[in-house]
Amino acid sequence: MYRYDEVDHRIVRERVEQFRDQTQRFLAGQLSEDEFRPLRLMNGLYVQRHAPMLRVAIPYGHLASHQLRKLAHIARQYDKSYAHLTTRQNIQFNWPELARVPDILAELAEVEMHAIQTSGNCVRNTTTDAFAGVAQDELLDPRAYCEIIRQWSTLHPEFAFLPRKFKIAVSGSVEDRAATQVHDIGLHVVRNEAGEVGFKVIVGGGLGRTPIVGEVVKSFLPTRHLLTYLDAVLRVYNRFGRRDNKYKARIKILVKAMTVEAFAAKVEDEWLHLKDGPSTLRDVDVAHYASFFIDPDYEQLSANPPEFSSKLAEEPAFARWVERNTRLHKRAGYRSVVLSLKKTGVPPGDISAEQMDAAADWADRFGYGELRVAHEQNLILPDVRESDLYEVWQLAKSQGFATPNIGLLTDIICCPGGDFCSLANARSIPVAEAIQTRFEDLDYLFDLGDIDCNFSGCMNACGHHHIGNIGILGVDKNGEEWYQITLGGSQGSHTTIGKVIGPSFAQADVPLAFEKIMTVYLEQRAAGERFIETVRRIGLDPFKERVYAKHH
Amino acid sequence: MQSIIKDGQIVQDGWQILRADAEGQYPAVAPDVDVIIPLSQWLADKASWLARSGKTAVWLAPADDPQRLAADLAALPLVAVDFPAFTDGRGYSLGRLLRERYSYAGELRALGDVWVDLLHYLWQVGFNAFEIKDGKAIDTALSGYDTFTERYQSTHREPVPLFRRRVTSL
Repeated sequence: MYRYDEVDHRIVRERVEQFRDQTQRFLAGQLSEDEFRPLRLMNGLYVQRHAPMLRVAIPYGHLASHQLRKLAHIARQYDKSYAHLTTRQNIQFNWPELARVPDILAELAEVEMHAIQTSGNCVRNTTTDAFAGVAQDELLDPRAYCEIIRQWSTLHPEFAFLPRKFKIAVSGSVEDRAATQVHDIGLHVVRNEAGEVGFKVIVGGGLGRTPIVGEVVKSFLPTRHLLTYLDAVLRVYNRFGRRDNKYKARIKILVKAMTVEAFAAKVEDEWLHLKDGPSTLRDVDVAHYASFFIDPDYEQLSANPPEFSSKLAEEPAFARWVERNTRLHKRAGYRSVVLSLKKTGVPPGDISAEQMDAAADWADRFGYGELRVAHEQNLILPDVRESDLYEVWQLAKSQGFATPNIGLLTDIICCPGGDFCSLANARSIPVAEAIQTRFEDLDYLFDLGDIDCNFSGCMNACGHHHIGNIGILGVDKNGEEWYQITLGGSQGSHTTIGKVIGPSFAQADVPLAFEKIMTVYLEQRAAGERFIETVRRIGLDPFKERVYAKHH
Repeated sequence: MQSIIKDGQIVQDGWQILRADAEGQYPAVAPDVDVIIPLSQWLADKASWLARSGKTAVWLAPADDPQRLAADLAALPLVAVDFPAFTDGRGYSLGRLLRERYSYAGELRALGDVWVDLLHYLWQVGFNAFEIKDGKAIDTALSGYDTFTERYQSTHREPVPLFRRRVTSL
């Protein structure tokens, strides 16, 4: 993984000092609330319902064990001994004290971490496939480019005050696990017919109030032009994106208003002036960043060693966990383990300090000291020997990490909702828990199979409800919390925006509506057909009829 | 006279800025006054402005296209960019375009909602003069130059981005 040099350290330290000074001036009344707000947001600090919320960047979801231990320390020392993993691979602390935030940042800086641009109208944390570098279906490792983009976007002097937030995601695998089509810019690392490496550039995707699937503005951008092209896209957006209405300020609105062809032409025109300029990447530059992401010393192993196979045969519960919570690895005899943060009764994505320390220890003991955060809000041990899986499973169970539900209905992607967030229209955590409780029977849950369930507490769509196979959106009706259900959304290579099935539900009625939807699926599914495939085949009507049927 | 920051120092400055009033009308400008006028006024009647004994410069609003000023840049004593709100970042792109695309080498001044926390980025994209907003300290604003001692990107002040300097120095 990337390691800071003296300059990286210095930049982060200087940002901490700048923020310390800004905080002190705010507390002393020298900066107004309106002046301080954008400055603190640009450093990940929100003012929430109960206390400030600090969002710490986990660049493209990569985390070293010693960094996770530091996060555990911060959770204990400055917060209530837990934190929350987000859908953009970051981590949030819900209860820090404003005056102590600069000290938290100073502690983070010691382990090469920061909160730079985790909020605000600037370029946010670059995200990628949580299995980058280890996935069996990977075509090209995106991580060197993620780091190059991270550095380019960090404190970019031209783009600190964009019309609105700006999110970039990079994917290098067959299956797009980074939701690139619903980002402001989505990049696919690809090879052209000549074997040259470059990017397919997708612009203008996004969720929020106006969910839009991004469109391709450049089908092949050679690697060396990455940063000059990004500069061109951002400059067009910075100059021409709307600033009069924050709900129409994302780049997706600009692209739609201009048409994708006109937008692409405008970018091309801007790019001609920047192309081949000083930001052009040389092979040696890319090689420098790629050198941080070379494979660890994997052992030569064979797949399915006997001690692993025999345990699979003996213990169905272990087999079930392996099936759902591990992923095939590019190296034989290894797996990536997904530690589920979707246990019933715990808010989705929440992780305790004790769990952080435990996972950090396992990353050292069973892997190479690295972990990943998935945008589905789970934690990943990327490199575990199959022969160690049984032990890892038992340890994971002891820490409440082993719910075998990855990719199932109860693996709910969920924003913090009205319990924490001041933007939310409705609470999400208790409703997510009610759904998890309703579908707690593992045989039933397994029978339902792969279902992405995404939950947002408001239109801002932090829980990505539009791209859930089944999505829930919290809405406010005359001061009461109601919940709208969407069906048919999907992420990945065939990203689709889900459709609302009808009038919204009172909180208590959501689990029953879910149950009716699942019953229709079980009645209608063809052999081997996943939930989303059935929804696509039969459409929404059978579900609507059942859910809204009048009782007699 | 007012105090502004120019080339890293606090200096006295006599330029006046011509802005429209609430009704969109422009007040009269005395012939001997050095004045910074909006782009629209400049484009409407360059000759009259240049016939005055006072100097004339031009300020750009965030939505203005700097290309419309390109042919005049070599002759202008000063170009300014207005920041009506510090959160409106269009002026940063205008600064880079003026310096890097249109090769403007004269004084480039930031006006409006400008204060210490913005100085570093403004300096990097090419501004070298800053009218600090009323009510904000000018003496401490000078520290804004030094907030960061390094940066990753290619900027007007340091065109060679860090990644190139890094690899070259290996």
